[in-house]
Amino acid sequence: MGVEGIGARVARKEDKRFLMGQGKYTDDMSVPGMCYAAFVRSPHAHAKIRSIDISAAADMPGVIGVLNGKQMLDDGIGNLICGWMIHSKDGSPMKMGAWRPIAHDTVRYVGDAVAVVVADTMGEARDAAEAVVVEYDVLPAVTDAVKALEAGQPQLHPEAPGNLIYDWEIGDGAATDAAIAAAAHVTEMKIVNNRLAPNPMEPRAALGIYDSAEDHYTCYTTSQNPHVARLVMSAFYNVAPENKLRVIAPDVGGGFGSKIYIYPEEIVCLWASKRTGVPVKWTSDRTEAFLTDAHGRDHVSTVKMAFDADNRVTALKVDTIANFGAYMSLFSSAVPTYLYATLLSGQYNFPAIHANVRAVYTNTVAVDAYRGAGRPEATYLLERTMETAARELGVSPAELRRINFIRSFPHQTPVIMNYDAGDYEASLEAAMKAADWAGFPARKAEAAGRGMKRGIGMSCYIEACGIAPSAAVGSLGAGVGLWESAEVRVNAVGTVEVLTGSHSHGQGHETTFAQLVADRFGVPLDSVSIVHGDTDKVQMGMGTYGSRSGAVGMSAVVKALDKVETKAKKIAAHLMEADESDIVIENGALKVAGTDKSVPWFQMALAAYTAHNLPSGMEPGLKEGAFYDPANFTFPAGCYIAEVEVDPDTGKTKIVQFVAADDFGNIINPMIVEGQVHGGIAQGIGQALLEGVHYDPETGQLLTASYMDYTMPRADDLPSFQVSHQITPCPNNPLGIKGCGEAGAIGSPPALMNAITDAIGNNDLTMPATPQKVWAAARATAN
Amino acid sequence: MYATNYHRASSVADAVKLQSSSDEAKYVSGGMTLIPTMKQRLAAPSDLVDLRHIAEMKGISVNGSRVRIGAATTHYEVSTSAELKAACPAISHLAAHIGDPHVRHMGTIGGSIANNDPAADYPSAMLALGATIVTNAREVAAEDFFTGLFETALEAGEIVVAVTFDAPAKAGYAKFPNPASRYAMAGVFVAKAGNGSVRVAVTGAGSNGVFRHAGLEAALAANWSADAASGVDVDASDLLSDLHGSAEYRANLVKVMAKRAVAAA
Ligand SMILES: Cc1cc2nc3c(=O)[nH]c(=O)nc-3n(C[C@H](O)[C@H](O)[C@H](O)COP(=O)(O)OP(=O)(O)OC[C@H]3O[C@@H](n4cnc5c(N)ncnc54)[C@H](O)[C@@H]3O)c2cc1C
Repeated sequence: MGVEGIGARVARKEDKRFLMGQGKYTDDMSVPGMCYAAFVRSPHAHAKIRSIDISAAADMPGVIGVLNGKQMLDDGIGNLICGWMIHSKDGSPMKMGAWRPIAHDTVRYVGDAVAVVVADTMGEARDAAEAVVVEYDVLPAVTDAVKALEAGQPQLHPEAPGNLIYDWEIGDGAATDAAIAAAAHVTEMKIVNNRLAPNPMEPRAALGIYDSAEDHYTCYTTSQNPHVARLVMSAFYNVAPENKLRVIAPDVGGGFGSKIYIYPEEIVCLWASKRTGVPVKWTSDRTEAFLTDAHGRDHVSTVKMAFDADNRVTALKVDTIANFGAYMSLFSSAVPTYLYATLLSGQYNFPAIHANVRAVYTNTVAVDAYRGAGRPEATYLLERTMETAARELGVSPAELRRINFIRSFPHQTPVIMNYDAGDYEASLEAAMKAADWAGFPARKAEAAGRGMKRGIGMSCYIEACGIAPSAAVGSLGAGVGLWESAEVRVNAVGTVEVLTGSHSHGQGHETTFAQLVADRFGVPLDSVSIVHGDTDKVQMGMGTYGSRSGAVGMSAVVKALDKVETKAKKIAAHLMEADESDIVIENGALKVAGTDKSVPWFQMALAAYTAHNLPSGMEPGLKEGAFYDPANFTFPAGCYIAEVEVDPDTGKTKIVQFVAADDFGNIINPMIVEGQVHGGIAQGIGQALLEGVHYDPETGQLLTASYMDYTMPRADDLPSFQVSHQITPCPNNPLGIKGCGEAGAIGSPPALMNAITDAIGNNDLTMPATPQKVWAAARATAN
Repeated sequence: MYATNYHRASSVADAVKLQSSSDEAKYVSGGMTLIPTMKQRLAAPSDLVDLRHIAEMKGISVNGSRVRIGAATTHYEVSTSAELKAACPAISHLAAHIGDPHVRHMGTIGGSIANNDPAADYPSAMLALGATIVTNAREVAAEDFFTGLFETALEAGEIVVAVTFDAPAKAGYAKFPNPASRYAMAGVFVAKAGNGSVRVAVTGAGSNGVFRHAGLEAALAANWSADAASGVDVDASDLLSDLHGSAEYRANLVKVMAKRAVAAA
């Protein structure tokens, strides 16, 4: 592998600038004449806008313009859209209500924008925003999705009667019901997947620059997928045609899904820049981030898991209600359907599965994909139910899983997915060994001696990354293709630039993508640059989410590298008067195998550009591009084990050990992969023990709008993680990799909840398992 | 944040003068409460008068059993003072668990008690130690100083200059932090004075701010032991209920923290 090639633990190239505070984020961008936007936001969860009086605000110091939603409508700016069509089981298309970037008629959640002020300074913009007087007719609000479906509840959109967006199903209902009726045992649970606020460290920001001379727009924005942003802003929001719109996502400080979507603010900054004639920058503050960044999860489900007399699963039936918030965000519709219900088979051999999903409008901010997107919800439901079933059946949790593991591949599940490769037993074994599962009873007894309740729990997850192929997702309703592009440019001196449509916002692409090149050509890592995040530099790409950059983005790079390698070998063969098929690339040189003839890499590159001596008919230069469309999803899987101690006096849970055994296929940089797992587990611990968004059910006010009330995981909430890898290479992509970005957040919550419920002897516990809830649940069993 | 004018006071008298010269002036000490409030545009003082550089408000002294802590003394200084650790380790322990290192290096005891956040730690120590709050105008017993949620006996423009108390024979503090804010969900300060009298003050849990708990005081006066606290009935009816903890849960925490405070004393 070499010290810098595939499999090497190379330190992250990008960290130097980040650690030295030299990263360049959207808010760091500054252009001459730049002014600042501040939004006037609805303080009500649901109201009609009666009037907007801007007279006082318009006269405030520094104010350049106070703009409203009506003007936006008049200028032809389109509605925000959801880009994945889902059809209800009755065949009708999903019912999408209109989402205006700035509301001009009705506001539907606390934080909905109603006007924007542009002023010379941020302070002046905010002062003036406070001076805008909006009169509202306040309407009743509903924040809970289950309640929103009931009769007589407030109605959000005329397009969606009963607040129902779609009522969708997958699988064989009749077969599932029959299997449940015939089952020897059925475990039933109600499973709530708590709503989360994504909280990337960098809040969202946008800078819109309109150039009247060229009638051209530039948008700096905190995006995980600048090309998708450009596509959607030009095709649907009519901001500008693609050739007149450049979108740049520079350094981005974390996204976790929340920066996939196109939000009102970037559209408004672009539009306002043209309207006011000045570049317009907006940067969210933390309160705005809580109020307006798309949230994640928020499912309420019932589940029935059926077993035969040998404890084999015979069927799974799931009914899920998914809270979508006030508007349908860009990929919201896909999350509780094709990213969730298709994973309900887990690692198990279910003969029959049926899932019904209802998507519901409520007076809360939009809900969309958040690290894991659907797969954490599926895994949590399945793994908590499996653990409860083991307890009810009196079988060990490992045994029950073993009995039911899928063991031959490829495996067609009853819910679309075709698993290509895996070895679930290997991860289970590795995790149990690392956790010293066998020694748990002794540890439990020792803890009991100290008055502590110790518990252990596992979770065997499977997920799907690199969602693809494009034709398949298109047939399921996706509005885009899910391929990736790459271009490899070898410069005349042999340095290499890789242009990729993937976007790095914490994943370390500048290192791992460069490792591919170092591995292939033996050039030093420092001579490889990764270019991404700018629609003027990279022609097209689909961005980074769903752990797709490795499996899809890197595969495109490999395809381009293949082409470069072929041409490089042709040139070298010509220079050395050898046969092309005898050329090998070793240690930065092209050699004729079995001889001492060689041409250094840089000399071959120079030859490509001097073009003095190329094979006849060959074009000068060395630059190749590729688009890669995967043949299938990839299926990372693994086993997580959590061990906890609960203080019965206070209900406080301490995680005493956490083991992750993952199969991500082949690994490019183990250190970065471990970092991804650590971060994912931290978020999973956040979901399981700490985090939860709460809206006031009557007023729709966001109660957890700051870190005083929203519990972000902190270093001292986390144990040290024991991470290991079991590798079954993915057969469907050239590198054999599966993706690792979300597994930690997917696999960990059920392991933790299974451990806590084991400790307290009560399965009736919802996330986040706060001290208060654990204390109450522990008491309920004690009494 | 709205624009504001900053002034550095050199003496208590100077501070009072600076403050009174504007209608909208406010004192600032560590700024750990005030500045975030200003950043959220919930407070808009025209002028800030900085109290941290006034010599008479700084430092810790122990004279025999009498302890004096200047109002501008940071939590860090309280948590690390050798003198204080000898005289009343419980208050150093309390200060060591306020917020994070940044907060402890900036925040002050004077700012904390003047602010009287119902979940702040210091008010419980003041009450349980029977401290005296020394202001530029008078001396107020802690008993009379904390009057409600974010409310104190301070008059407009009055400055907390120092706090004084007699070192207790025994004292302990135990806090159950709110998982999000890490302020107290329930913090109990137990103190046994040299004359044997016991005072127990509870912060974070009361719906009207910090308070003394008569039942715990009586039980611990009769028998200074963690077990004695276990038998006490903590009434939930006057306790706070919020997202993080019901009144019933807080009542439990008060008892558990009381036990742990006694055990630590
Ligand atoms: C992240 C974070 C975590 C925290 N965690 C905790 C915690 O766990 N426990 C806890 O108890 N506190 C906590 N705090 C609060 C912290 O202890 C503050 O330092 C304290 O509450 C206020 O002290 P200050 O010196 O910063 O006062 P400032 O913020 O400067 O002032 C607070 C108020 O008191 C007034 N004031 C200040 N000094 C005086 C004085 N000498 N006389 C009269 N009025 C005065 C000011 O005008 C202002 O109204 C936390 C704060 C932060 C930011």
